[in-house]
Amino acid sequence: MAQVTLSSVKKVYAGGVEAVKGVSFDIPDGGFCVLVGPSGCGKSTLLRMVAGLETISSGEVSISGRVVNQIEPADRDIAMVFQNYALYPHMSVYDNMAYGLRNRGTPKDEIEKRVKEAARILAIEGLLERRPRQLSGGQRQRVAMGRAIVRKPQVFLFDEPLSNLDAKLRVQMRVEIKKLQRALGVTAIYVTHDQVEAMTLSDKLVVMNGGQVEQIGVPAEVYRKPASRFVATFIGSPPMNLLPAAIDGPGIVALGDALLEARDLKQNLASGTKVEVGLRPEDIEIASEGQAGALPFDVEFIEELGATQLFHGKLAGQPFVMQAATGDVAAEARRLWISVDPDRVHVFDAQSGIRLGRE
Amino acid sequence: MVENRRFGDIVAYIILTIGVLIVAFPVWLTFVASTWDAATIINGQLPLYPGPHFFENYYRILFVGTSGSTREPVAVMMFNSFVMALAIAFGKILISVLSAYAVVYYRFPFRMAAFWIIFVTLMLPVEVRIFPTFKVVSDLGMLDTYQGLAVPLIASATGTLLFRQFFMTIPDELLEASKIDGAGPFKFFKDTVVPLSLTTIAALFVIQFIYGWNQYLWPLLVTTKDSMQTIVIGIRKMITTADALTEWQLAMATAMLAMLPPVFVVIAMQRLFVKGLVETEK
Repeated sequence: MAQVTLSSVKKVYAGGVEAVKGVSFDIPDGGFCVLVGPSGCGKSTLLRMVAGLETISSGEVSISGRVVNQIEPADRDIAMVFQNYALYPHMSVYDNMAYGLRNRGTPKDEIEKRVKEAARILAIEGLLERRPRQLSGGQRQRVAMGRAIVRKPQVFLFDEPLSNLDAKLRVQMRVEIKKLQRALGVTAIYVTHDQVEAMTLSDKLVVMNGGQVEQIGVPAEVYRKPASRFVATFIGSPPMNLLPAAIDGPGIVALGDALLEARDLKQNLASGTKVEVGLRPEDIEIASEGQAGALPFDVEFIEELGATQLFHGKLAGQPFVMQAATGDVAAEARRLWISVDPDRVHVFDAQSGIRLGRE
Repeated sequence: MVENRRFGDIVAYIILTIGVLIVAFPVWLTFVASTWDAATIINGQLPLYPGPHFFENYYRILFVGTSGSTREPVAVMMFNSFVMALAIAFGKILISVLSAYAVVYYRFPFRMAAFWIIFVTLMLPVEVRIFPTFKVVSDLGMLDTYQGLAVPLIASATGTLLFRQFFMTIPDELLEASKIDGAGPFKFFKDTVVPLSLTTIAALFVIQFIYGWNQYLWPLLVTTKDSMQTIVIGIRKMITTADALTEWQLAMATAMLAMLPPVFVVIAMQRLFVKGLVETEK
């Protein structure tokens, strides 16, 4: 029903700046799509175009098969949750939630029913008479969600809704947003710069950079097979190690003197082609000296994270980080021998940064 | 330390008391003078305590007028001043809220030019443009009318500037949330901008009411009939009488009466007023 389709959507500002350079994808009914990317990548602009708060320079946005380019935000059947909540400071929580319905001429008892229902779902029934300034950040966030829910829209739009909350509350609200969206079955588009939020919430992840889409896919796929160097370093924490290397043969890259097998490497690459090898800190395994394919890693210092430890050091003369469960490696270790599952070796073109994988 | 602090308190109180006395003594003297008869004041021996003629003097000045045959009672003058001050305050608020809303929230050709033209009128208060303004008002036949008293004083940029600065602090997200909530420009204005501006509006009301109430030069020019004169003009006319003794007790009573409405307005709106001038929380 509420499928959202974007085709070649562009945004060019008056000064000629291209904020969004032709983006196409679609979100199935009930899907949770997260747009993720660094600041200025155009993700918020894209969301605002879907909302109708920015005009669309070219291309089309359609919601449930209806092109909405020229339709007012109020008539697009969407609801939006803003980063700073954008609650009306002079209205009570109840009025904040009821305002949009009143403007639509919804009957009074229907408004009351819906607001009470939303308040019950969000556990803010006791706050209905309060003003926004009397609420904590988390409560304001709930009210903002309530304002979206009562509308019963076809699409929820979230513009970095959790970035004003403290870390603990953010995790909690993240779970609640996901649960709520599942329960209501409403299509959602969610903008964030936080890759953890992006991974956990989405069932369709759109990674953006410089106004363009770098990769679209389910989170696991984006994580396992990043389409470019940018995606590889952006998704995953701590970020993927990137090391300059060269092709040594089919499925083999040379990392300095050491050879590394990469199972997903594209065929027919000339030996000596300059590439970059990407290894995730969490994919590194401890090997023993002399084991086939083991690489020497010189540890410089260790960061304690509790359950895991981060080992910072040098591999083949390059800065390198590996992650290991606490206790797996002796704390005084100075030189480690490591290996990587050939399925988890990522190879990118040295120039373009595009993944050199099998099709 | 305790001794020191107490000593500091005492000094502070002494200084404040002196300040209050300096401000309050003339007011007290005015009040005292308004409660004696003319003879006591004229002989130069005004007591420092109120006399027995309070009700007599105030009744006479409010409802009868001074002895000069053409003088109106002060009640009429107060009414005139009141109408004028209210018209100026409300008119100015209305015009400046609307113009500031247009300048901040609408994109139209020459928007900034319009704003700068409004801004430049700050340099042209009534006193500077008094002759052309008088000419316009008289050609429009507005001499001796309330609109002639109020309209030229309504036109000024201070309110527009104040509201423009205030509106720019209202987050854009509120406008966007309103759009999504289905509120058009007028609804956004009525439901969000005006309620948020209430304290600013109250502050401007206080300032403009007092400004209007205290006007002297303009009412002096555009009112010729006694029945249209304002209380401030009335006081001056009472004091300069060519052919009779100035009835000081009545002039002082009028001065007391002239002071009251601004005081009431300030007291009534004090809390909103202060909030409007210092409020930063949005």
